[in-house]
Amino acid sequence: MADTHAIATGHSTGHSSEHPPQLRHHFDDMHQQFDSATFGMWVFLLTEIMFFGGMFGAYTVYRSMYPEAFAATSNFMNPAFGAANTAVLIVSSLTMALAVRAAHLGQQKFLQLMLVLTMIFGTAFLVIKGFEYHEHWVDMKVPLFPGHWAWDGPLAPPQYAHQAQILFCFYFFMTGFHAVHMVVGLGIMTTILLMARKGSFGPAYYTPVEVSGLYWHFVDIVWIFLFPLLYLIGHTKNLI
Amino acid sequence: MSTALQDPQTTETPNYLNAEYGWKSWLFTTDHKRIAVLYLISISVMFALGGVFAMLIRLELLTPQGDLVNSDTYNKFFTMHGVTMVFFFLIPSIPATLGNFLVPMMIGAKDLAFPRINLLSWYIYIAGALFALAAIVMGGVDTGWTFYTPFSTTYSNTFVITAAVGVFIAGFSSILTGLNFIVTVHKMRAPGMTWGRLPLFVWANYATALIQVLGTPVVAITLALVGLERAFHIGIFDPAIGGDPILFQHMFWFYSHPAVYIMILPGMGVISEIVTCFSRKGVFGYSFIAGSSLGIAIIGFLVWGHHMFVTGMSMYAGLYFSLLTMLVAVPSAIKVFNWTATMFRGSISYETPMLYAFGFIGLFTIGGLTGLYLGTLGMDVHLTDTYFVIAHFHYVMVGGMVVAYLGGLHFWWPKITGKMYPEGWGKFSALLVFAGFNLTFFPQFILGYLGQPRRYHAYAPEFQVLNVMSTAGASVLGIGFVIPLVYFLWSLKYGKPAGNNPYGAKGLEWTTQSPPTTFNFDVTPIVTEEAYAYAKHEETHVG
Amino acid sequence: MHPVTPVRTYVLIWLTLTILTFVTFYVSTINLGAFNIVVALGIAAIKMTLVIWFFMHVRTDNPLTKLFVFAGFFWMAILLVFTLGDYFSRAWMPGGKFW
Repeated sequence: MADTHAIATGHSTGHSSEHPPQLRHHFDDMHQQFDSATFGMWVFLLTEIMFFGGMFGAYTVYRSMYPEAFAATSNFMNPAFGAANTAVLIVSSLTMALAVRAAHLGQQKFLQLMLVLTMIFGTAFLVIKGFEYHEHWVDMKVPLFPGHWAWDGPLAPPQYAHQAQILFCFYFFMTGFHAVHMVVGLGIMTTILLMARKGSFGPAYYTPVEVSGLYWHFVDIVWIFLFPLLYLIGHTKNLI
Repeated sequence: MSTALQDPQTTETPNYLNAEYGWKSWLFTTDHKRIAVLYLISISVMFALGGVFAMLIRLELLTPQGDLVNSDTYNKFFTMHGVTMVFFFLIPSIPATLGNFLVPMMIGAKDLAFPRINLLSWYIYIAGALFALAAIVMGGVDTGWTFYTPFSTTYSNTFVITAAVGVFIAGFSSILTGLNFIVTVHKMRAPGMTWGRLPLFVWANYATALIQVLGTPVVAITLALVGLERAFHIGIFDPAIGGDPILFQHMFWFYSHPAVYIMILPGMGVISEIVTCFSRKGVFGYSFIAGSSLGIAIIGFLVWGHHMFVTGMSMYAGLYFSLLTMLVAVPSAIKVFNWTATMFRGSISYETPMLYAFGFIGLFTIGGLTGLYLGTLGMDVHLTDTYFVIAHFHYVMVGGMVVAYLGGLHFWWPKITGKMYPEGWGKFSALLVFAGFNLTFFPQFILGYLGQPRRYHAYAPEFQVLNVMSTAGASVLGIGFVIPLVYFLWSLKYGKPAGNNPYGAKGLEWTTQSPPTTFNFDVTPIVTEEAYAYAKHEETHVG
Repeated sequence: MHPVTPVRTYVLIWLTLTILTFVTFYVSTINLGAFNIVVALGIAAIKMTLVIWFFMHVRTDNPLTKLFVFAGFFWMAILLVFTLGDYFSRAWMPGGKFW
């Protein structure tokens, strides 16, 4: 296991044969630094699993409590938006994985191209989300703001008004927190792109790209679950 | 800081304290030892604040009538006491101070894996604390530290969102500390420092870090939902509009029960270090103590429902939660037995840290056993929400954790500052703390058994004598806490210079100078001996 | 550091993910009753595993990382199972129900 690295190599301080500028002083070598950074990102993703997991859990409880209300709310979800977003994010994961690979191989131009494409797809995701949120806003299905929530019409049985409100809230919270993570991801990608343009990455050092890639893929995975949960299940009656 | 170095007896050997001067060298430091000191100061301030609220509570409870303050204000007292003590003192306490300082040194590393994230976690802590202070200053919160809904979301007229934001932010500080420790222990051990040779303090902090990383995000999302519900008036947890308050409790306690293990595990780690040193003996059952730390961390996640037995939760859930609660006591008991066995036929000396260790073992045992009463479904029906619960958790939190924290501070003070505290005063305060603590909280077991409910500013007149005893004890306990503050500060300037290893303890941290240099070790140590390798001839000396 | 994965592998995984997305979408239009949710979440789990295994390099990672990834999902499962266990077992009590 990589964590026995420290014992296996048993090297002492003082040698400077391999001391690239990016090696931080408290690490023994680049390998330990890379290992620690990626492991650290995985531990962080663990916390994200629990964060979103808490939300998924609460949502699951309410869905189980109010199955009919849930069926009614699914009439107002647009799976086409959801599917488009899913496709966009999956492609962005491909370009991200290719970007990490390019960084590892020192292919600077290709790396920058893949990073830009990833950001374009990420932005496309947010734009589609924006259209979708706008549609909900116009349809009066945003419970967070008075004046933009109305539960009426043939598809909205009145006895489920409060429950529908709760379920819509969860819809906005879950997609909203996800979107926030996407925005942060775009910020990270911008930083990585700027570093890439300065030629910071190559076979000896591409840790930030790898670590950012892990984050990006995770945000994709959250959406992979959000899509069926929020858009598809209970949707067999009304198709867009 | 600079005062430590005006003592002419310490020739100014370069160390982490005098390596650089000025406020920037402290506020932008990445040295884990300086960050530990920053945390030490911050959490001491929050501890004092929490103590002030405790004093106000005990003052009100001197008389049966609610005559000092009205009930709303009293509710704010116990809420702010709980919030500051739990989230801003106990949760960070040992990991952020002693853990930050010692874990890298104990494993032979130059620093934690992510020193800048370490500094960031302190800044995040400060930001969270500022929000909590803002909530207090603006008028306080009265929901209890548990933020139960729908009171906290709908009916309370206090600054719930501000306080919840403060706790949410402080949670990230905790997560980052935990993340740092996990990666550090896995990836940065010195050559020869195998998992089986790690000091038990490191095992304890590692297990704690696992809990921090896995549990804290859930309370983060829970409090976020509370804040969002309160801000947008949606009925997520409000039963009047279809919400479920029990769901809040499930999500809240999913974190908050493991949180109590975040609070106690590092203390247990400290006790392992102290007991071995002052018994001059290798620990009994090293692998069991190490394994029990992991066991507590894991099983601790499976028992949260024991806070909810009377809420309307299903009886079958109550059954499995109660059973697992019985199970989680086993690893803790293993530790107590092993510490005792460590002392058997050891060469015991009674320095201040060891006095605190003895106090811990006795008081934690009482606290832990009373937890079993509460974990028993039938008994909990009568004891829940009474002073029995309060006595139980103060025995483990204060009699356990705070006592261990003080013991650890005394034990490693010479390493951290290069100075000795006055031993006589140390022993005196330890005894004062022990006496004051028992006088404060033992009567509360009786009060709870007799039926005095918690979180009420008034009580039935027949309970007054015990309440007065409790308040008297609290004053003694308070003095017991203040005296070390005074002599610790005194020792910075006037304390006897400590050598590298004033207690003759084993452990890599004791091989360095006191205070250590910025990078801890000039040469990365290569570890060849087991932990606690006290010499045989030291072990069997009896009498 | 990881061994380099060929571009072909990444593109194949992407294609698989996209196809699975279509499958999810079309299965959701067929009424399978309670089975809909099983299929939808099951396919999502497969997609997630592909992303983790290939795109996130867990396939070539050390056992420690694999353990931590598993632990994350296991812990989320603890939260869900024990909480839902409470709600579902209420129905077993006399007069009890889920909500």
